[in-house]
Amino acid sequence: MIDVSGLRKVYQDRGRRVEALKGVDLHVREGEIFGVLGQSGAGKSTLLRCVNLLERPTSGTVSVAGQELTALGEAELRRARQRIGMIHQHFALLSSRTVAGNVAFPLEVMGVGRAERSARVAELLELVGLADKAGAYPAQLSGGQKQRVGIARALAGRPSVLLSDEATSALDPGTTQSILALLKSLNRELGLTILLITHEMHVVKGICDSVAVMRDGLIEESGGITELIARPGSRLAAELFPLPAPEAGAVTITFTGRADEPVVSEVVRKFDVDVSILGGALEEVAGVSAGRLRVRITGDERDAALGYLAARDLLVEVAP
Amino acid sequence: MTWEEMSPLLWEATGQTALMVLWSTLFTVLLGLPLGVALVVTDRGGLLPSRLLNRVLGLIVNVGRSLPFIVLMIAVIPLTRLIVGTTIGTFAAVVPLTLGAAPFFARLVETALREVGRDTVQAAQAMGAGRWTIIGRVLLPEARSGLVAGLTVTVVALISYSAMAGVIGGGGLGDLAIRYGYQRFETTLMIVTVVVLIVIVQLVQTLGDVIARRLARH
Ligand SMILES: Nc1ncnc2c1ncn2[C@@H]1O[C@H](COP(=O)(O)OP(=O)(O)O)[C@@H](O)[C@H]1O
Ligand SMILES: [Mg+2]
Repeated sequence: MIDVSGLRKVYQDRGRRVEALKGVDLHVREGEIFGVLGQSGAGKSTLLRCVNLLERPTSGTVSVAGQELTALGEAELRRARQRIGMIHQHFALLSSRTVAGNVAFPLEVMGVGRAERSARVAELLELVGLADKAGAYPAQLSGGQKQRVGIARALAGRPSVLLSDEATSALDPGTTQSILALLKSLNRELGLTILLITHEMHVVKGICDSVAVMRDGLIEESGGITELIARPGSRLAAELFPLPAPEAGAVTITFTGRADEPVVSEVVRKFDVDVSILGGALEEVAGVSAGRLRVRITGDERDAALGYLAARDLLVEVAP
Repeated sequence: MTWEEMSPLLWEATGQTALMVLWSTLFTVLLGLPLGVALVVTDRGGLLPSRLLNRVLGLIVNVGRSLPFIVLMIAVIPLTRLIVGTTIGTFAAVVPLTLGAAPFFARLVETALREVGRDTVQAAQAMGAGRWTIIGRVLLPEARSGLVAGLTVTVVALISYSAMAGVIGGGGLGDLAIRYGYQRFETTLMIVTVVVLIVIVQLVQTLGDVIARRLARH
């Protein structure tokens, strides 16, 4: 649905040269929620703005819904953008317009007639649960309500793709959850493909199907969340399950979707080993529970025990 | 001087001031608003960046603002003749008043428009809005409170500039104060004239503030 390849972006800022994207490839499948996770300054916003070409990439191509945006002229690009929704960290609403006026704006841009416009606005406000706020001004709304207006506005052109730039970063935890739930339901019910960027792990954990970890203008790893977690050396897993640096010989076991299996007791029963637990974490990710357990395994049958665990389809990593 | 003698003089002068200020306000907006918009959109990172145009417009505005009004009034006499057909009288004063106030108003427009967040403009671009749509439906409406505040300051400045219009026979309250109050030692008339000017300026400023505040509430 979204294909980005070889994307580079260099900013020239008064002689200072900043390479914000150093060759990024991204493939977002239709109907999925794809998260780009990274710290501030990693280049996430630049990447997102390159997807709808608010920012012209220095090189590389961007295609959305089968259309190569980087090859379009200005007028065609404007038309293509009407089919790509975008929501913003600080909402970016028009303070001089009411809620209804804000949602109507993209419809005006598209040249939708007055009657159809007001019907569509009502429908959209209903969808985001703000039907009673049509006449209010943004200044009279809470952060969560403002973002709902932003979402309604982004959906006005019936986009196939929604881009989200830290849409929940300015919201409190409870409101964040309700906005994430709304995004998830739009994804399920409308088949909306969502590309979101965030610096918050809990956003990725909460609603993403796939994730790319970004750092310093590059994507370090990307893939389905559970698949990524099960990959040796995964940065995502390291961030998701924050454990202290392992002591020499410590064994780290990572499991996805089978947290209730009694692996430790099995190992102790089957082999002549002692297992002591050093640390662990359990998380609900992409609808399944995943976890990481750090243990010290000692005893004569240590190697056999490790072999048994590895054969159980668990990711077993032994610290050198 | 009795009140009966002063009253017609005051009425006539107030009418002349009003005429000068109203017409020059109209032309100041027609000239200064597009100029202010142009200063913003041609700037680096603007909707239509053009370094050359931005520099040239900036220079014109700065030159216009640095000329003392009294000098400007004399300097534009040929232009006034060309536009109005005469170089003296109330209407003749509208030309230098407009040329004096438009660059000033343009800077205030520029400041007001810069208050509109980059975010808001980018959001409109992301929705596929073109430049003119963004100028007309995002920048100007979003900045309207600042624009009204800027216009208020400009009108007050025009009222004060118009006091110098006596030099080219424009008449008005300032002229009355100078001719009678200063030159003929009619102190009472001068004081009354000044009071009328103060009242007018107060009214304009208060009205402007109320409108600007109402627009800013949202
Ligand atoms: N318009 C710009 N001009 C110059 N440098 C920029 C610009 N936008 C972003 N950058 C730089 O590019 C890098 C990536 O920024 P950004 O994409 O905003 O990161 P993130 O969203 O991950 O915090 C940063 O070093 C930032 O300073
Ligand atoms: Mg960012």
